[in-house]
Amino acid sequence: MTTLDMYCGHCGQEQADGSHEDCRRALMLEPPRYCAECRRRMVVQVHPMGWSARCSVHGDVSSDRR
Amino acid sequence: MSDILEVARKQVLEQGVGLCQEQLIEVLRSPDDQLADLLALAHEVRVQWCGEEVEVEGIISLKTGGCPEDCHFCSQSGQFTSPVRSVWLNIPELVEAAKETAKTGATEFCIVAAVRGPDQRLMSQVKAGIEAINAEVDINIACSLGMLTQEQVDELKALGVHRYNHNLESARSYFGDVVTTHSFEERWETCLMVKASGMELCCGGLVGMGETLEQRAELAAQLAELDPHEVPLNFLNPRPGTPFGGLEIMAGKDALRTIAAFRLAMPRTVLRYAGGRELTLGDLGTRDGLLGGINAVIVGNYLTTLGRPATADLDLLAELKMPVKELQKTL
Repeated sequence: MTTLDMYCGHCGQEQADGSHEDCRRALMLEPPRYCAECRRRMVVQVHPMGWSARCSVHGDVSSDRR
Repeated sequence: MSDILEVARKQVLEQGVGLCQEQLIEVLRSPDDQLADLLALAHEVRVQWCGEEVEVEGIISLKTGGCPEDCHFCSQSGQFTSPVRSVWLNIPELVEAAKETAKTGATEFCIVAAVRGPDQRLMSQVKAGIEAINAEVDINIACSLGMLTQEQVDELKALGVHRYNHNLESARSYFGDVVTTHSFEERWETCLMVKASGMELCCGGLVGMGETLEQRAELAAQLAELDPHEVPLNFLNPRPGTPFGGLEIMAGKDALRTIAAFRLAMPRTVLRYAGGRELTLGDLGTRDGLLGGINAVIVGNYLTTLGRPATADLDLLAELKMPVKELQKTL
């Protein structure tokens, strides 16, 4: 998570809304599905050794560049 | 040692004859204080009938999401409110994934699509992908594309597909609680066509979906009847938005008993750790399963979820002195 993360990548709710402890745990074993900046659902591709995700507004993020 | 373990030692370890459904129920009901003995026996059976080697595989989703089927465990069904969006992988990324997989020492690379069965577009993409991989990567290619016609079986065979995955998913008696858009028999039919073609059949299922112990034994017995080359064993990872999203994660000891039971049902099969083991078993349980009947792993990530780092599994195999199967060899 960065300081720009407004929304939870797991559930899509506001980071300020609750602790998201379970979400953080879940994100250890799955890629984010929601854009951290706008909560749009992202198009996500899981690869054998990583993942990449694309928000139609905010662009690409990947396991190499979070 | 309990009666069923003594029977299994004579019948499975010494004679190579798998346990029947009623015997498997006894195994699955065995108490916790016999679990260590059960796993040790299953490991002996694995070594006796399959050898010490472990087969390593990587998988990739070629077409993610938007599936018309309603498999209640799957986040890729278009019928549920899952956050997974539909996407196709392009050929260069597919080849890169095959290269990444081969670098781990894996001998199998499975191309998977979330579909009822392949249409012309998917078959064309698979054909192009296989040709591109074969040009650059030395690895066996497997496919998992749903239910097939005989023509599609023949086409995949002609493309050189080494193994085809099509899981039974659950026992025949529980299947209707898991999937309503196609039948157990339709799945069985595809499996038979694959076997008859000469491609290796990879056919397993998921446990922890609310089935009874008896139905878990039934699944193992039905798989044994089908006699696939490989059985991938998945543990339910409850996915948000799916009908099974609210189910509890299966208890680790039940998962380990299931591994042992599957090995005692199918002493000669490649029994592969597939999805869900990270949640159900954790690091310690993963080791226990490898010493309890498992002789194959999916390394790295799954289709929509992430696995342990490949290095963690490869390091564990090295620590356990379990050699990784090399290419061109058959377990």
